[in-house]
Amino acid sequence: MEGLRIERLTAGYGRRMVLKDVNLEASEGKLVALLGPNGAGKSTLLKCVAKILKPKSGRIYLKGRDLTRASLRELSKIVGYVPQNMRPAFSTTVFEAILTSRLPHFKWGPNRTDVEKAEEVIKVLGLEGLALRKINELSGGEWQKVLLAMALVKEPEVLLLDEPTSNLDLKHQLEVLRLIKRVTKERGLVTIAALHDVNLALRFADEAALMKDGSIYAVGRPEEVLVPESIRDVYGVDAVLVKGPRLFIVVEDLVDEVSAN
Amino acid sequence: MKWCLVARTIATQYERLTWKRTVLIFSLFSCLVLAFIASICVGSAYIPPSQAIAALLTRGGDFDAIVWEIRLPRALVAVFAGAGLALGGVVMQASLRNPMASPFTLGMSSAAAFGATVAVVLGAGRFLRVYVGGFEVYSYYPLIISSFLSSLVAVFAIFFFAKVKGAFPETIILTGIAISFLFSAATSLIQYFGTTEQVAAIVFWLFGSLSKASWEAFWAISLTSVALLVLFMKWSYRYDALLIDEDFARNLGVNPERLRLITMVLSSLVTAVITSFLGVISFVCLIAPHIARMVMGSEHKHLIPASALIGANILILSDAASRIIMPPIIIPVGIITSFLGTPLLLYLLLRGRRHWY
Repeated sequence: MEGLRIERLTAGYGRRMVLKDVNLEASEGKLVALLGPNGAGKSTLLKCVAKILKPKSGRIYLKGRDLTRASLRELSKIVGYVPQNMRPAFSTTVFEAILTSRLPHFKWGPNRTDVEKAEEVIKVLGLEGLALRKINELSGGEWQKVLLAMALVKEPEVLLLDEPTSNLDLKHQLEVLRLIKRVTKERGLVTIAALHDVNLALRFADEAALMKDGSIYAVGRPEEVLVPESIRDVYGVDAVLVKGPRLFIVVEDLVDEVSAN
Repeated sequence: MKWCLVARTIATQYERLTWKRTVLIFSLFSCLVLAFIASICVGSAYIPPSQAIAALLTRGGDFDAIVWEIRLPRALVAVFAGAGLALGGVVMQASLRNPMASPFTLGMSSAAAFGATVAVVLGAGRFLRVYVGGFEVYSYYPLIISSFLSSLVAVFAIFFFAKVKGAFPETIILTGIAISFLFSAATSLIQYFGTTEQVAAIVFWLFGSLSKASWEAFWAISLTSVALLVLFMKWSYRYDALLIDEDFARNLGVNPERLRLITMVLSSLVTAVITSFLGVISFVCLIAPHIARMVMGSEHKHLIPASALIGANILILSDAASRIIMPPIIIPVGIITSFLGTPLLLYLLLRGRRHWY
């Protein structure tokens, strides 16, 4: 099968195993939403694919190629990872940060091609106005788009995003996800985004993988996966599915509450 | 059409910024050349600039002995030692993400002092005085070697500890401080049992001084500094990536632990070489990178050569000052840099920058 295939992945920190025997497949040109409560293993899974965390066992294949065997440098050209909280200790301009993200392709430093790719990704994401601003002066939404640019400028085949919308206002949430969906389609990327907003997943994702306690609880089309029964089981809340102009989940209450009325 | 124009502007502005920084580096270099010539001119016997340049270009003139035996090696050593110390500082600060990091923080000065102390107490402090045309030239190899070996022990102790416990900045810094105290304690102990002359010899050795500059020192220091300058410049982008975020750097193919360890080892080595020959010259490794950052920004492609040039300038000018403040006494340059360091650092603190980078 084309795309990304994760086989029997087990990983954790120290002695604590967070991921247990995880299997997941993701196709090119499709956005997979990784969902689940805190501690379910979403970030850990993404870090394993990005080789930031070394898995205990299991294999990750991209178009038939074993990524777990690839060197850090080779992998850095293939996988673009956007971490959740990135506070740089460094104050540089947006353009230079994006240019530096071309590092895996450098020989002695950036050349004409690298500068052009940086310009191109700035154009594609609509960041022209920000290009010469300092990265520590950006708002949450602006920074998230820059992070996306920094991952895309490497021209990866896989795009991993750890909660790209958690710090964003309503407008930027939609903007960023729309951008992600667009580049995924246009460039044929395998995109996996850990999201905590189930409605964003319903709206934008092509596939949803719901995680619970370190394994995949359910995977499939978002509307098939995100049903009230599953949400109750995984998140511990009662929710209803509302059919408006589009489907969305409305959370009603915690499961253990006994309503007085 | 519009996007095309805007994109051109971004790249052009970037190129303009790069050009500005290149010009600055060139100015620093010119400043260095002037300082170099000034350094040849001043001293107990003042040589006018035109004659100084003539003496450099043709041998056998009036000032040949002073220039070629004393002032030239001294000036050359000042340039490369200043550059080397600054280099050690700037890459350590980047790799440990700490503006106060330097090889001295990790105990290089204490280890070197210990090595020197051991050598002196064992009788190697008797430096060979060679008189050349009425001028003294010092040469004391056992002390240099002992000091260097002692520094190596410190470097590898920190290296192995970090390898086992994980090369986190905190681990490296704390281990360095512990090593520093250990060597200090050992040094004090030996000094306690030494004779007055030995203790005096050690104290005087510890003052970083360019009077110990020799042609051997020049070759050792310059070759090390230049080799590392080239290597560190090649790694500039890795340091930039590391400073943005560690996981992000990993996703760019940079191994943070490996980079940290090898940076620590190499920067400590160049500092060990310089300290073994010249004694402890403090503050250059801290001050030069900070000044460079204020002037250049934090992109290491420019920051690294700028720091080296500023370090070279600071040392050579401090050395010139050391010879003209109280002639004919030459104040050890380490004392001058110590005095310079504190007000400069306070000034930087008062400027109140939120980000050190």
